[in-house]
Amino acid sequence: MTISRRTILKGAAAGSAALASPMFIRNAFAADPIKLGTVFDISGIFDAYGKPIDMAVKLAVKQINDGGGLLGRPVEHIGYDTQSNMALYTQYAQQLTRQDKVDVVHGGILSASREAIRQTLRRANTLYFYNIQYEGGVCDRNCFVTGVTPAQTTEVQIPYTMEKWGKKVYILAADYNYGQLMARWIQKYFKDGGGETVAVDFFPLDVSDFGSTITKIQTAAPDMVYSALVGGAHLSFYRQWAASGMKSRIPLASTTLGVGSEHLVLTPEEGDGIVVCYNYSPELDTPANKAFTTAWADMHGAATVPNIHELAVSNYQGILLWAEAVKAAGSVEQAKVIEALDSGLSLDGPAGKVTIDPKTHHATLDVHLMEMRGQKLNVLESFGARQPIDTQLVCDLVANPDDNQQYEIDI
Amino acid sequence: MDLAAVFILEILYSIAVLVLISAGLAVVFGMMRVINLAHGEFMMMGGYATIVAVQAGVNVYIAMLIVAPLVVGIIGLIVERLVIRFLYGRLVDTMLATWGLSLAFTGAAVMIFGNTTTGVSTPIAGFTLGAYQINGYNFFIIIVSILLLVAAYAILRGTRLGLVARGTMQSADMAAALGYSPDRVYMSTFFVGSALAGLAGGVLAPLVGLVPTWGSAYIAKAFITVISGGASIVLGLLSSATVFGLVSQTFTFLSGPVIGEVALLVAAIILLRLLPQGITGRFFKGRL
Amino acid sequence: MESTKLRDAAWVVLAGIVLMFVAPLVLNYYTLTLLVIYGLLALSLGLIWGFGGILCFGQAVFYGLGAYAYAVSAANIGESTMPMLIAIAVPFVFAFLLGAMMFYGRLTDVYLGVITLVVTLIFFRFMNTTAGPEYQIGTARLGGYNGMPGYQTLNVPGDPSAYIYDSSLYYVCFVILLVVYVLVRLLLASPFGRIAVAIRENESRVELMGYDARFRKSVLFAIGGGIAGLAGALYASWAEIVTPGLFSLGQSAEIIIWCIVGGLGTLVGPVLGAAALGYLKFALGQQTAVDNVLIMGLILVVVVLVLPRGVVPSLMSAFGSSSRRNRPNAVRRGRRGRGRADG
Repeated sequence: MTISRRTILKGAAAGSAALASPMFIRNAFAADPIKLGTVFDISGIFDAYGKPIDMAVKLAVKQINDGGGLLGRPVEHIGYDTQSNMALYTQYAQQLTRQDKVDVVHGGILSASREAIRQTLRRANTLYFYNIQYEGGVCDRNCFVTGVTPAQTTEVQIPYTMEKWGKKVYILAADYNYGQLMARWIQKYFKDGGGETVAVDFFPLDVSDFGSTITKIQTAAPDMVYSALVGGAHLSFYRQWAASGMKSRIPLASTTLGVGSEHLVLTPEEGDGIVVCYNYSPELDTPANKAFTTAWADMHGAATVPNIHELAVSNYQGILLWAEAVKAAGSVEQAKVIEALDSGLSLDGPAGKVTIDPKTHHATLDVHLMEMRGQKLNVLESFGARQPIDTQLVCDLVANPDDNQQYEIDI
Repeated sequence: MDLAAVFILEILYSIAVLVLISAGLAVVFGMMRVINLAHGEFMMMGGYATIVAVQAGVNVYIAMLIVAPLVVGIIGLIVERLVIRFLYGRLVDTMLATWGLSLAFTGAAVMIFGNTTTGVSTPIAGFTLGAYQINGYNFFIIIVSILLLVAAYAILRGTRLGLVARGTMQSADMAAALGYSPDRVYMSTFFVGSALAGLAGGVLAPLVGLVPTWGSAYIAKAFITVISGGASIVLGLLSSATVFGLVSQTFTFLSGPVIGEVALLVAAIILLRLLPQGITGRFFKGRL
Repeated sequence: MESTKLRDAAWVVLAGIVLMFVAPLVLNYYTLTLLVIYGLLALSLGLIWGFGGILCFGQAVFYGLGAYAYAVSAANIGESTMPMLIAIAVPFVFAFLLGAMMFYGRLTDVYLGVITLVVTLIFFRFMNTTAGPEYQIGTARLGGYNGMPGYQTLNVPGDPSAYIYDSSLYYVCFVILLVVYVLVRLLLASPFGRIAVAIRENESRVELMGYDARFRKSVLFAIGGGIAGLAGALYASWAEIVTPGLFSLGQSAEIIIWCIVGGLGTLVGPVLGAAALGYLKFALGQQTAVDNVLIMGLILVVVVLVLPRGVVPSLMSAFGSSSRRNRPNAVRRGRRGRGRADG
């Protein structure tokens, strides 16, 4: 993808790499590119998430460069495909920091991949953006998270579904830290609303037979099922659920479905009526989103527009936010960019206004309650400027700038 | 009471799935002593064949019961001519070569179809059993598996073709001396085995989200079922599928799918440790 | 006969030392370290398969166990010397028990393959479900699918703050590989090693001569497990994260492919096979034109069909230096014969 550009630049890069303080040298060569590193799963089982992200990254970089670049320098994109293999994340992160010496890394899809590279990037003093909705709790001054956390979405989704459907919930979740923590958040919000969790089941990512689970759900007779299932194999659940005729009996809500454009894979009969809550839907009727989808269609073709999902938009916004910070700081130096981001920087993106919260290095975002209907995510209701209050409970980077861990929020 | 019926149905279903996914492998292993580690990928190709056919407007039953086995059978035939036939009698080498094939097929499928999940909807509606909703498609799979076993038994037992096949399997030299070409028998056996894998893939496709790596989820289970079953094709398959289906479904029901699968694997270890020749190596010896 | 083998080994070590200093001119230390670790891992299977005739589909279990044992104990202890030893001991003991279970049960061939494969699957499944807070050993959370980051990586013995990384980690790994190679060569030259090879060739004959083949095979299997565990610990130190993927079937498959391509019945073959294919995979990961799994698969098929003995033995016989014991075909033919008898 970026190989040709990189070979041209090899000479310059090698020259600066040999020197102990490349920053200083780069300022001397004003046209030296600013290097933006990315690591995403563009192939492998998570490519439904990764491919649109990669397209969004390319769009963002193109728009920045078309607008004259940053600080008078072009932005060079160095991207690696981690092939849905967690082991490759550390490898490519090392490569980005040691060999390519990038100025910022945007990357990681699953929480597993973020935790695999976060420390590497922190140690290398390379600014890191994780632009994905996740379970919350990361507290690391070097790491900015521009995706939504449970308090931002689930907190509005659960009261809505409880009012609509009832108080008893059966939770299905993917068996890794996202699912585990998400299940606890769902339980908490149900409890807060006076509801009750009848059971929680965890599934490894490769489970695709949900027959006995569907029977168990019927035995438990909940008012609704919440799913935090992840990836292609888990998609079978929605299929088997509809095939057994349960869809008309017990309603479904999900914290993940649609993020990987699953609503396009499921038929309307399988998907209609499932309630979700995200930061973005391609159906959002705002001028910013119209401009974004038009630009996307121009670059990647109109046929790919329905594939734009929240993760792609989050990454697009994350990159533009970083670009704003670089402009504000007048430098790509890690410390200065962090300072600029901490000044309460904000951006009007396709999904609404994004503001960095200096306390947690998470973002204040708009969220939208949506329902799947006819293979589309139709917006039911929008909620503006929601704070990442879950992470704010445990993380204060203003008071403890050296904090470096992912808190498990006590629920 | 309803729950018990549902539970029994779940067990039957899980046995049927094991039979279905292992049948092709069992035929090839039982007749030719070849372990086809690309079996899972043959299933995956059957799944894709079904989906492509359905998207092209073919009736879903024709797609999964005829198109999928035919397409995969032909692919199997090509594989046999190009690779397997040079490796007869070299058990380990065939395993490695077919392992390589499985990787290659996965890679090829990624390049052709991409890694995005695809699928077709289940053609049979759910129905009610007492207080429970049941996936009607489970019945279809159970029936297909039963028909498969009956047909295999009848062909091997009752037809001249089956006799030749069994004869070649017992003593290839003797069959050759009597004028039957083992080469052709092996070729057609591999075709049948591949076609059965394609059938399994086609029939299971509507239940799952299909990705190119889908087959790898089944190969280990099929492999274990066939080896634990032992030498005889029909009875071995049926007995080991019954044991494993029962064990895994019971544990799945009691705790969860992971424990169910681990229980199946542990059962396999115990079974093989006690009966190193497989179930039919000990009991039902010499039957089909 | 044995003295010529050992003289050959000395040349190999010499060549290895030269290579150790030349390789960094071509590739970066970070990638090279991984290739060396792969080499060590391949050596472990090359020993038990090529010389012991034991086809293990689950070598990744010992690799993963070593890596996890290292990570868990390093997180708890806070230095790396003791964890290194634990990382060798745990897979060694586990491999011995597993081996004893199989060999005393007289399992061979395919059945052995199935059991080792099943054990791999069990570990893979189990490790993937350890995401919950209840899976904690001391201060170390197993972390399930996400794996375990943040443990102490390799340090100079006695000084936990003196990390060994980058170029020094590379040299340490390479020296370990050479030392292990020499030790394995000595082992094979010892009576134990010769009997192990004899068992590969004809197990019943060796038994009739009064040797306990079952015990000897278990020990050899355990040694292979220990070496794989050591490779796992080095990997853990290199990657700074351990994930359940270490236990995956794909990982096991890769080790087998390295051995097959490199050549069975030699020790150098698997090591070179691992390094070459490891590099190939790495290089392929940086292009998107052709799916790299496709290429790896085709390589395996072609090697099995065209060079059934592997690259290194084929080259050796081409230069006419193949000795009787270096015939890997005997390995496979032997197993094949028994495979048929089993059916």
